Order: sequence, then structure tokens, then C-alpha cells
Amino acid sequence: MDQKQLREQENRCIQEQAPACTAACPAHVDARGMAAEIAKGDFTAALKLYRKAVPFPGIISRICDQPCKTACSRKDFGGSIEMAALERAALEFGALADEPVKRLPKKSKTVAVIGGGISGLTVAHDLARKGWGVVIFEAGDRLGGGLWKSPPDLLPRDVLVNDLKIIEELEIEVRLNMSVGGSGANGHGTFLGRLSEEFDAIFLGVGPHSSEIPDLQMNDNGQIAIDPLTFQTSNEKVFAGGDVLRVSTLHPNRELKHSAILSISDGRRAAVSIDRYLQKVSLTASRVNEGSYETKLYTNTSQTISQTPLLETDLSTRYNIEVAETEAARCIQCECLECVKVCPYLEHYKGYPKKYIRETYNNLAIVMGTRHSNQFINTCALCGLCAEVCPTDVNMGEVCHEARSTMVDQKRMPPSAHDFALRDMAFSNGEKFALAHSAPGLDSASYVFFPGCQLSGSSPEYVEKSYSFLRETFNNDVGLMLRCCGAPADWAARKDLFAQSQAEFYAEHEKLGKPKVILSCSSCYQMFQKHYPDVEIVSFWDVMNEHGKFTKKEFAAPITIHDPCSTRYESHIHDSIRDIITKMGGEIQELPLSREKTECCSFGGVMWLANRPVAEKMVQRRISESELDYVTYCAMCRDFFARKGKRTLHIFDYIFGEEKSDLAAAPAVGFSQRHENRARLKEKLLRDLWSETMPDSGAFESIRLVLPEDVEKQVEDRLILVEDMQKVIEYAERTGKRMLNNSTKHFLAYFKPNSVTYWVEYTKNDDGSFLVYKAYSHRMEVGIGASK
Amino acid sequence: MTEYFDPAKYEGWVCADCNIPLQLSKVDVSYLGNSFPVDLLKCPNCGLVLIPEELALGKMAEVEKALEDK
Repeated sequence: MDQKQLREQENRCIQEQAPACTAACPAHVDARGMAAEIAKGDFTAALKLYRKAVPFPGIISRICDQPCKTACSRKDFGGSIEMAALERAALEFGALADEPVKRLPKKSKTVAVIGGGISGLTVAHDLARKGWGVVIFEAGDRLGGGLWKSPPDLLPRDVLVNDLKIIEELEIEVRLNMSVGGSGANGHGTFLGRLSEEFDAIFLGVGPHSSEIPDLQMNDNGQIAIDPLTFQTSNEKVFAGGDVLRVSTLHPNRELKHSAILSISDGRRAAVSIDRYLQKVSLTASRVNEGSYETKLYTNTSQTISQTPLLETDLSTRYNIEVAETEAARCIQCECLECVKVCPYLEHYKGYPKKYIRETYNNLAIVMGTRHSNQFINTCALCGLCAEVCPTDVNMGEVCHEARSTMVDQKRMPPSAHDFALRDMAFSNGEKFALAHSAPGLDSASYVFFPGCQLSGSSPEYVEKSYSFLRETFNNDVGLMLRCCGAPADWAARKDLFAQSQAEFYAEHEKLGKPKVILSCSSCYQMFQKHYPDVEIVSFWDVMNEHGKFTKKEFAAPITIHDPCSTRYESHIHDSIRDIITKMGGEIQELPLSREKTECCSFGGVMWLANRPVAEKMVQRRISESELDYVTYCAMCRDFFARKGKRTLHIFDYIFGEEKSDLAAAPAVGFSQRHENRARLKEKLLRDLWSETMPDSGAFESIRLVLPEDVEKQVEDRLILVEDMQKVIEYAERTGKRMLNNSTKHFLAYFKPNSVTYWVEYTKNDDGSFLVYKAYSHRMEVGIGASK
Repeated sequence: MTEYFDPAKYEGWVCADCNIPLQLSKVDVSYLGNSFPVDLLKCPNCGLVLIPEELALGKMAEVEKALEDK
């Protein structure tokens, strides 16, 4: 994915699209915003929003045909929001500051507005505020045009007169009793022609009366032909809008459907064009979503409960404050946030993908200064749930992975971000764990079992048992490959490390005769799908389901299944797991989000390393979704849930586990123990199956440590491994480089085996072992030459 | 960085190799090409330096994070 595709993802996020009401309103009144303000009792804030979209709020709130109501998401859940009634309430209970209307400094050019109806008045208002000189020509003896035909009980005359005062405030010249149309007498040009000479631009908003405007081209329906985007007529300095666009010379008597809000919209749009025309800039640039349109915003109403207005409402209904607030509170406050609702990570940063993607670019573009989004980028679990629930498939995992890749290329990836996981990977691909063998007694393999490093770390005994099962199933012709699939390198966007791991795999795979790879770990499965397209893979669970012999187990209660996020689109694995549990007599109750909508345990993408508070939220959310015991088939999901006290079983616990022990309550396996378990697994398998021995141990491995429980917890939390502490003590004891506390007789020593310096405070026991009191680490370098 | 740990708390520590009490002195600490001279407890003979736990987990960790995001 390149920058262009990232941009494309950003543009696809619909959260910033207008709500349906605003999009349907040709003047784009922020109805959602107004409802939010009124619901909390702030009628003045609501009025400000209304006034921004509508220059004549008193009038419109009394005669609006409310196109918002046909689009309202509340429509089928108790009826659309009564927006005009809320607008009237905003006018009645809100107050605008008593200050002069803001306008730009006066400019020299002038505009003639023909017609004092609502569209013409809007044009005059908008252009006067921009500083242009405006003269209104009105055929009648007062401004307002068709507004005066509205029933007075609907549009009280004082409201009308009051709203029109703004024309006077803006010092707009008004010439009444000036009729246009027809040709000029005595050889003079037409009226329009003469105005063209006097004014720099003209707006025609003549209402339904003037059916004959000379000098302008008409369309096939007998209406003034305009550019629908700019409202410009066939004469470049003449623009038209309002009811004049809807009358026809072919059907002069057809009754006109008047829409005041549409006339306001026409006026505003024409004013934008005239302003641009006078400034001699493009009339058409960046003009999107003007007038009514259908929004792309998706709003999930599956949880919306039907609720009707307190009062039956029409255009003459007046709300009191309480009724208005109640009505406003019915507003659903349309927004998408489908991804944010299911992802504690996206929720944590208080934004949404469009905003996050923008911040991500900005972060990558910073040359000098702090890159504030680094942690955000490294926290994503890359699990893909956002894309699954997104109406437009925006995938923050892809965005964050691409951003990590750019950071690595720029040499700006924080060294600590993925270090621990990458060193774990190096361990698994080193001599302590890595192994590739055909089955005992065979020179090549038709299949090879690849159990992955984490099951080997958590439950090495299940690797042995599943390997036995596979050899029994496939006539012994199954080799074994112990190593890491490269997931930590992929998550860290370290293409170099991934390529190295991949090359090692290919070399061993080739030696075994390119067998089919049987994968039990879902992260490995995902990595092989993504990066090893030429290697034939099989899910262990599909093999187990097909060939396993299952006995009925004791299930005290129904269980629920947590699908690892890396199986998201592997429905065959979901099915196999459910089949296996059913065959063993288990009753399954599904979690609300499972299968393709499953959630991450916080291990994915190394979220747990990058951001512990977010990882904590992630895992808490998942484990609180059901009281039942969870069953999963990823060793890390199992351990992450168990660490937080959630009763969780690996499916192997049912298949191979000791039935009498309460395995759901077994503690999680720590990081040091995982290394130990992997190394012992290799040693045992080598000895038992191939009669081979492990390579020689390092000197540090003979250092025996005693860790009190609190220290064990401390070092686990600080990501300090037993082998790190062994190296410190071995170095200190060998070289004498250590400090001594004269009163406690504790030693303190440090050693830097990699990019991290580890410190251990210890004493030596009589039996030669070392009692550890504390251990800590830092990455800063100390001493002479540190600055180099 | 002495404001981030209390040197008095570490008075009992001596360099085990040289059997000399540690003394406060200027030591360079660095990360990602940025170097800072700071007051740390150090063996005046062999130069062994003590980084207290609260300094490593406090200010140092904070500076490491800040420099990594620069």
C-alpha cells in the first residue's frame, strides 16, 4: 500500500460526512448540532448554528417545508425530529448578542438584485456581508415578495418585518416599484441590458410573475437556462435563482410549488458564484454537495428504540423549554463510528479513522520535532475488525502497518517498540528451539508439523501429543519444524528480519522435500497465507476434526468460543473447532462478536508491548463479554485471558489435558518460562525421537537463580528474562565488576547483552545459587564513549 | 539527574572490586546520538557507575521515550 492508497482509505472514512438531515436540507442547517445544543438546554448555541445557515431564521422556521424530515434517521422510530419547531424554540429561548452584523470592508463593485423575494434577499444579504455594493429592484411596494402570501397566523407579519430589518442594517439600497422585463422603449435596450451597463453583476430572483425575461436563453421546458452548479445564465454576468427557475413560459398558469428553504439555498449558491465572478476566480472549483444531496454517512439504528414526540406538532406548534429539550433529545445524533464501537484502541484516542489517518501522514512527514503518533501507530493490533464492520472497508490495520513500514524505512521506528518481541523471535529461530526433522526413520516428509513458538512456550506437552497424533494419522510420514513463523517481524514491518526468517524456513522446507505444512497456530496460519503463497498449508484443526477420535468430556456448563483474530476469514477453522467441541459433548454459546467479527486479545500487532493501558482495555472488554468459560485455540489468547483472571481453556486442554485438574484456572505462563519450555521441548524431542542431544549451553546457563514470588512478578512485568539476569550475574562474578552494599551485603551489577542494560541486585547462597532482590533495565548508555 | 534520585540513599555502596566508596561525579549518558552529562555515583578508581532503579525506571525511561519520538 502506498501513500495514494492511504489517502484513498482516508477518503473512504465517512464519519465526517453530514448527517442525513443536513444533507437533505438545501441550506444545510446543522440540525444534529442544533438538537444536541437544545437537548442540553443551550438554545443560544442552537440559534447561532441556525443563523449561520439561514439569514432569515424567523421566517424560515415558520414556513419551512422541512426536507430534513423525509431523510431523518428517526423517521421510522417514532417519527422524524420536528426540526422547524426546534428552530422556533431556539429563536424564542435563545438570544443572539446585540451587536452589528459582521461584514467585510466595502468594495467598489456593485450588484443588482432583481426581485425582493426570499432568494433575492438572500443574495443581497450574502453579497453585502462580503462588502459588495448591492441594490435591490423590487416590482412591488415592499420587500418580501411571495412571503406576504403566507397566512398571517403561520407567518406573523411582525416576524416577517423583523427578519427583513437586516437588509436595512446592511445598508442595502432598495428601489421599490421597479418592474423589469419587456423591451426598452424608443430604441433603448432592455432593462436588463441597461442594468448590465450600470452593474458588475445581476441576480434575477423575480419570482413567479416574470415569465418573460428578455435577452436570456430558455431551456426546453420554457424556463431560464442556468448552469445548475453556478446558477449563471447565458449572460455571464447574470445569475438566476429562486422561484424564477421553476416557472415556465410554456405553462404560465401552472401552480408553483414554493419552497422557502430551496430559495434560500439558491440565493446562497448564486451569491457564492457572483462573489467569485466579481473576484475573477473559478466559479466551479471545489463546489461539492451544494443543495440537497444524499449523505454517505452510515448510522446504525439496530439498537434504536422507538420514541414519539411529546406533542403532536405542525408549523404552528410552540414548544415550551421542556418539550423542546425532550424533542431535541430524541435526535439519534447520527454518526458512523462502527469501528470505534468495537475497538477499545480506536476508542482510546478519541477520534475515528479519517482523523487518525491524517494524523498518521502528518506524523510520518515530521522531520524535526516530536512524532506524537508513534505510539498510536504501534498500538494497533492489526486485527482487521475495523474493516470487517466498516460500511466502506476502511482498514486501520493496513494503515498502521504501512505507517510502521515507512517509519522503518525512514529509520524513525522507536527502537524499544518491537525489540522484546523481535528478540523472542530470534530466540525461537536460534539453536535453543529451531529444529527441522523428517519423522524418525524417514529421510523426507509428505507433511511437516509446524506448531509455532507460543504453543511450545505455553504447553510443550501438547506439541508432543499433537505430533504423535499426526504421525499416527499419516502413517508416520510427518516431519517436525520448530521455529517462529516471523509474525513479530511482520508486525514490526521489519522486512529484513522477515526475509531472513523466511529464507531459513525455505532452506529447511526444501531439505524435507517440500512437505505440506500443518499449522496449529492461527498467527502462523495467517503469516503463511500472506507470505508463503507457494507453500501448501493445512490447518491442524481441520486434520484433527477429520481424523481425531474424540471421547465425551465432562462439561459442567456451556462454554463460549473465542476465535483468535488471525482466523478472521478462515471459516473452515471456525467450523472445525466447533465440530470438535460438539463431538466431545460441549454445548457452545457464541459470543456477540465471533468468527469474522472476533476481537483481538491484545497480543496482535504487539499492542501489549506498545501500549499497556490500551491492551488492558482490549483484553478486559473481551473477557467481560460472557460469564462462561472461554475456549480458544491460540496459546497467547489463552494466556492473556488467564493472566487477567478469566477462566479460559485451550482446546488442547479438552483433547489432551488431564481431565481432573481445573485447567481453565491454570495460571498464564511467563516469558522466561516460555523460553525454558521451548528449549526443553526441543531437548526432549531430540532425545526421545531422534536420539540426539542439544548443542552446548552458554556459561551463563549454569547460574542458578532463586526468585521470590514478588521478584518473579516484577521481572515479568519489566520484561526481564531469567537468561538476562543470569548473564548479568555470570559477568559480575567472572570479572568482579559489581558493587557491594556494606550494610546489606547485597551485590549490584549490570550487563548489556543487547540494546538493553540489565541490573540485578543479588546475594550468593551457600548452595551456589543466587537470590535476586530486584532487577531493572534501561536503554540509555552509560560511561566513557557513551556519546559516540 | 541527581534530582531524580537521592544520593544519600546509596551511601552504603562501594565498588566491590576496588573496595572504594562510590562518589558523585559527572558521567555521560547517551541515547540515539544524544548525550547528556549527569551526576551519578561512580567508582573513582575503575569508573564503575551505579544507575539507581528509580532513575532507570523514572527519568531515564522518560527521556528514552522522548528521544525515540524525536
